[in-house]
Amino acid sequence: MGKTFAEKVMAKAAHLPETTAGQVVDVYPDLIMSHAASWRCIQSLEKLGTDQLYDVNRIAMVMDHTAPARTAKTAADQKLCREFAKKKGITKFYDINAGIAHVVLIEDGHIRPGMVVIGTDSHSTIYGALGAAGTGVGFSEVTATWVCGYLWMRVPQSIKVIIDGPLALGASAKDVMLKLIGALTADGGTYCSIEFHGSYVRGLSISERMTLCNLAMELGAKFAYVPPDDVTRTFLREHGVDPLDYEEIYPDDDAVYLKTVHIDGSQIVPQIACPHTVDNVKPIHEVSGIKVDQVFIGSCANAKYEDLAEAAEILKDRKIAPGVRLIVTPASRKVIERIVNEGIFDIFLRSGAVITNPGCGACAGDGGVMADGEVTLSTANRNFQGRMGSYQADIYLASPSVAAATAIRGVITDPREFLVKEGQYI
Amino acid sequence: MVGGTCIKFGDNINTDVIIPGRYLVSIDPVELAEHAFEPLGEDVQTRLRKSQVVVAGYNFGCGSAREQAASCLIGAGIQAVVAKSFARVFFRNSINTGLLAIQCAEAVDAIEDGGEVWIDPQRGIVTSGNRQFAFEPYPENIRRILDAGGLLSYVSKYVLAARR
Repeated sequence: MGKTFAEKVMAKAAHLPETTAGQVVDVYPDLIMSHAASWRCIQSLEKLGTDQLYDVNRIAMVMDHTAPARTAKTAADQKLCREFAKKKGITKFYDINAGIAHVVLIEDGHIRPGMVVIGTDSHSTIYGALGAAGTGVGFSEVTATWVCGYLWMRVPQSIKVIIDGPLALGASAKDVMLKLIGALTADGGTYCSIEFHGSYVRGLSISERMTLCNLAMELGAKFAYVPPDDVTRTFLREHGVDPLDYEEIYPDDDAVYLKTVHIDGSQIVPQIACPHTVDNVKPIHEVSGIKVDQVFIGSCANAKYEDLAEAAEILKDRKIAPGVRLIVTPASRKVIERIVNEGIFDIFLRSGAVITNPGCGACAGDGGVMADGEVTLSTANRNFQGRMGSYQADIYLASPSVAAATAIRGVITDPREFLVKEGQYI
Repeated sequence: MVGGTCIKFGDNINTDVIIPGRYLVSIDPVELAEHAFEPLGEDVQTRLRKSQVVVAGYNFGCGSAREQAASCLIGAGIQAVVAKSFARVFFRNSINTGLLAIQCAEAVDAIEDGGEVWIDPQRGIVTSGNRQFAFEPYPENIRRILDAGGLLSYVSKYVLAARR
């Protein structure tokens, strides 16, 4: 009987000839990521009374959620991390200038096909964009894995999502995922590994693959996965990864899946996740016209270069609506560098947007929060009550195109209003 | 046997509702407990602190990987969560912090908000009034972590002790 990606990657990381869904195994992750939670791991390590780490080269730390520090407490926490990294010789330490952990680690060639990665962040499923198995854990688990080198994992069952392309005009990877989450619901993929296949996925950019795999978490997924191909290999080469340093893993044709879901990309219209759950998804025409106070273009889901370029195409030579706050938080320093070089930074600036330092920003409630009764349309991946300031505020989730169109009009707006039929932007 | 009065919630209770991100600057369970379920208002918070068991529907603890979603409940005096299902990271965090997370959909349907719930983790039984519901006992690896009082105690007791 054939094996899924998850069954194969778990066998590799558990040093076993094979595994089967449902089996519990001790897995040795290739990379252990911790972000703003790193100080909690360090304090837990101190409590354990050991400073023996299994393999310091498997540890990555990125100061992303609350950066730069706004309180003396956060500054002290970050100082602890900085000093710990130096003392232990953690070379994959990224300070407050780097950006969002997931994007930074992918950009810097630390994520490779066939790896198992754990991180103190639920959206670690994003690493599936490069054919790696990423999953979120709590800080105690990261601490324990720093010391032991392994953690127990149940080999997940897998769901095969086949997406046929190309997508309709105005739709993006975000819309595909919101549609899927609306259909399967917020626990439709709990404990499962979500494999993305189909003509849309083949040859898709790494940026869009990251959006697919990132949002898979909102189905409750344990892993997400896109089969590596030439796009993956080219990306890795351009980001300094030697082909000899990774092993691509593919599911077998006769692998056993919990279920298979088909999506016809040509039928996808822009989608909106309405308050306060990510699976409360509606096609845009049902919510267009809702007044917004703020638009946030940011997060590990949609603040990569390609996302900002998509928003800038619509914002070019236009102004945002009076009274609307447009906050752009690029995912990383490298993304900022590129949008500056390509004139996209200027487009945002001239439109009336405020551009912040790279990082999680408003998605994690770090700046850009709302007052009672306010509404934000965000390109992030969560719209939970109180995530951005007041508990009496609403968050709608959508693609960068919808965000740009909405910022211009001041109400939730279908981006296709700004497109002509031939697919050219006016 | 653990248990007592319960507070019952619906489906898809997420981590931002259980403990808002702004309070993650703390890892002290008692300090965190002051803000547990804050978005749902003071009445819910007061009831939580008088309860020993949280009962919930499907997908309890969905969302973030924040471990404080489990530890804040411990700080509030909660001994167990009985739910129809759990989000996977919450389940792990729960075990790792020593909080019982019991999946038993039948029991959840039968339990009334504010009623008494008792759990026998060894035998795998949830008792509500005069009704009993079986749940699948934990596999050996999880039981050992829970018995040690959480993952870090487990590492200290077994892994580090063996190295010494």
